[in-house]
Order: sequence, then C-alpha cells, then structure tokens
Amino acid sequence: MASNFELLSEQGLRLDGRRPHELRHIKCKLGVFEQPDGSAYMEQGNTKVLAAVYGPHQAKGKKTESNDVIINCQYSQATFSTAERKNRPRGDRKSLEFKMYLQQALSAAIKSELYPRSQIDIYVEVLQADGANYAVALNAATLALIDAGICLNEFIVACTASLSKSNIPLTDISHFEEVSGGPKLTVAALPTAEKIAFLEMSERFHIDHLETVIETAMAGCREIRDILEAAVKEHLLHMGSAADWARVC
Amino acid sequence: MSTNAAIELALDRVDWRDLAAHADHLPRVYTPGEILMPEAGFMRGHGTFVEDENIKASVAGVIQKVNKLISVRPLKSRYVGEIGDVVVARVSEVQQKRWRVDTNSRLDSILLLSSVNLPGGELRRRSAEDEQMMRRYLDEGDLISAEVQNIFEEGTLSLYTRSLKYGKLSQGILVKVFPALVKRRKMHFHNLPCGASVILGNNGYIWISPTKGQEQEGGEGGFALNLNEHIPRVDREVIARLRNSILALAKCKLMIYDTSIQYAYEESLKYEAHELLQQNVIYDIGEQTQARLRDADD
Repeated sequence: MASNFELLSEQGLRLDGRRPHELRHIKCKLGVFEQPDGSAYMEQGNTKVLAAVYGPHQAKGKKTESNDVIINCQYSQATFSTAERKNRPRGDRKSLEFKMYLQQALSAAIKSELYPRSQIDIYVEVLQADGANYAVALNAATLALIDAGICLNEFIVACTASLSKSNIPLTDISHFEEVSGGPKLTVAALPTAEKIAFLEMSERFHIDHLETVIETAMAGCREIRDILEAAVKEHLLHMGSAADWARVC
Repeated sequence: MSTNAAIELALDRVDWRDLAAHADHLPRVYTPGEILMPEAGFMRGHGTFVEDENIKASVAGVIQKVNKLISVRPLKSRYVGEIGDVVVARVSEVQQKRWRVDTNSRLDSILLLSSVNLPGGELRRRSAEDEQMMRRYLDEGDLISAEVQNIFEEGTLSLYTRSLKYGKLSQGILVKVFPALVKRRKMHFHNLPCGASVILGNNGYIWISPTKGQEQEGGEGGFALNLNEHIPRVDREVIARLRNSILALAKCKLMIYDTSIQYAYEESLKYEAHELLQQNVIYDIGEQTQARLRDADD
C-alpha cells in the first residue's frame, strides 16, 4: 500500500475537502420497512447501510435454557457495494468478523436482563461501501433497535479516526483515506457514559498519539450521537403524533 | 390481456409528515439514556432505569406518569400483555396438555388444555383421551381468539378461551399492525354496520370476518370450522375494503378502534377497494379520518 500519500493538503483540507475534525454528511431514516419490528437506513458520506431488527422473540432450540438474551447479528455487503463488482457470500471471514464485533458492541448497550430466554436478530446490509463500514453499520443497527422499542442503556455509536503524516488526527475517514495507507482506528462507545465498548486499529502509529486519536474518535461519536438523537426525535414527533399517540390511554 | 399498473413517481411521493398533530401540541419525546428526573420520590416503570440517582429513559418515546410511577412508552414494540386483554393468536405447537401460541409478544404464549371449553359441557373432566385428541381441536397454524388469564414470572402469557365468544376462528382475514395502535377499550369484538365483524386483538392482530347469524354461535365449544360455507362476493368485498382501510389507518399511525375504523371505511367508499393500496389514497383516507375524529373530539 502506498503509504507516502499525504492525507492533508497544505491548506489543511482533506482529499474530499473536509477539515480534519469534520464528519461526512449524515442522513438517516427510521422505520423503512413494514415487516421487521424495527428498521433504519443510514448514509454517512457515500457509505449506505440498511438495518433490520426482528424481536425480541422466543429463542429457538436448546438456546432457550439460557437466561440471557441472545443477540444474533448478520452483516453482509451487497454485490454492487464496492467499485469492483464481486459476489460476497455471507459466511466469508470479513463478514463473520464484523458480525462478532457488532454483537460485542450491541450487547454493551442492550439491557439484556429484561429479556430472559429471548432472542434479538439484527440484519445489516451495506449497500455502498465507502469507508468506515463497521461504524456506519453499528450506527444503523442502533437506530433500528430504537425503532423496534428495545431497551438500551443509551445510544451506542461508532466512529473512525486516522492520523495524517503531520500528526493531525482525522475524524470519520473515507474509503480513499483508508486505502491510502494511513492508520485506521474504530471506536464504538456509549458517549454519555464515556465508555468504550469496542476498539479496533489497523496499521500502526506512535503510542504518543494514541490518546489524541481516540479522543478525536470519541468526539466524532458524541457528534454522531447528537445527530442520531435529533433524527429519532423528529421521526417520533412526526410519525407518532398523527394519532395524538402521546395523549391517549 | 390488459392490466392496470400504477407507477409511482418519486416526484409525487406522499409526505406522511403532514399528518402530524397541530404544531402547538407536539409531545416531549425522550430518547434512550436521557435523564427524565431525579430518582428521589418517584418509582421507575417500563422503559426506564436508574443510574447515578437519576431516572433515565431506555426507549425512545413519551413519558407517562401515574401518581409516582414514571414510565416511557415507545411508539413501536412487541406486545406486552396485561391480564384481561383480548388477543388473536396463532397456534405454533401442540404439546402435552397445552398449546404453544404466537401472540406477537416477547415469548411464546401458552394455552392450557384446562383453560379451553371442550365440547360437551362446562364441567367435564379432562381425560387422557382429551390429551390425545388435542390436535383434533386445535392444530398448528390455527387462529384463535382468547383472553390473557395470567402472566408468568418471565413474561410468558397464559391464555384462556373458556367463554363462548372466544375460540377458533374460521373464515376471515388476519391483519397485523403494531400493538400500540390498538386502543384499549371495554369492547374488542365489534359487529360493524357495514356487515362484517372485527376482533381487535390488543396484541396488534386484527381479525375480520363476515358477521355470523345468531343461531350458529356457540354449541360446539368454539371449535367448529365452517369452511364449506360460501361467503357471498358482496361480503368478501366489504371484508377486503375493511382490511385495506385498517391498513391505511395503520400506515398513517392513527389509533385503531371501532369509530376510527367506521370513519375510515366510510371515507374509503369513494374509491374502489383495490385503489386503497395506493399511497395518495391511503394518505387521503388518513387525513379525512383524522379530521373527523378531531371534530368528534372537540
């Protein structure tokens, strides 16, 4: 990988014209499907993800014995999601890895003690992959869980960060920045409690910078949380109040 | 063969947000993790939890206060049963001495052999033969109407059908909406003036069937199926129209109860039954029904 590439121009702008701390444009929508209990669509720059949640429902098979909730995730990428058209079977190594990471992060947010002997299925499909796929998938899954009315401790959001050659941290990196050889750090956090549920890094940089890069990613998480929260409120106000839903019973 | 195809343009897409309430009564909405109030002096109910001496919301919804009990009600969720609720359910498994039924709740519900009315009188002992005959009464896939009798510790519902109004459902249509949309009322069985009956299950399952004559009811303990009976086309059209009207109400997130269904049905009469699937028609029905309901309220 060409690692000589400079991610930040002399004017302090990134390849797509953003400033170092700027997120990509976020667009999201809740309740996009009728059939699942909850669903969401999320766009962060050109990364587009659909998520659907089924449950909580009765756990099937011998899993019924367990007193904890079973969180079952599935991560898949559409054939047409990248520049190169490629069939991506569900069971490949990368999606299994992402699936495990999703389960790990979401189990930190779901109030599992409320759902004994139940199962929650979360299906995530990446429609267009343009960097930070895992982070956007997790954000979409959070929205879908909220749409399904599942009890959460708080929003769980993920954000990525990188470090430019001149040691300036960058928030929410795109695919091009990912492949240009910079390091990539993914953080999934509970922003209000300031707890990190999941942390992943690829490539390496000096440990002195670790703290600032994590802090950059956390700042990104807080910003994304505020955007998601606003989206949830707006969705509920408009979708819920048609029935004067807030007044009855 | 010619068919009519309706093509929807993105340009004509319906903006559902216009149906929202008057701008001045917008409710306060809370999201997961948001602080509702300090814990002191209050009790936490559904959809809330206590952290750092504050009551926080765990779902996105509106706050509900009953005396000192604070709870947050989400717009959409699985059915949370209460004793006395009328539900429509589907049998998913026949087990020993009980049926396992799906009620759209978090866990499967249970219908005990001892809580159904068997043919041949109220006070009959349940014998071993009855256990072997269970599949004869209710088989996998059968729909029933029932009432919630008890809630077990983990949240499993126990149902009963020991009344002539409950039992197996024969000919009709099942409509699924989300449970919060069905208004809790005294009556959940309605014979609508348009010539059909509806059962509004609290669990969001709604059963629409042709209105039965009085003489056919009861007798068999509610396990008789009259699948050979021919339902005239007129009745079936009424049922189809009713189904589409209820789905239109659900799409507009309007509460579903006898009056709203009646209004939606009346508003739908200016369209053909199949036109009720088009987005702009659904929107129109929603808007008209909402206006009439608000007029009735004021």
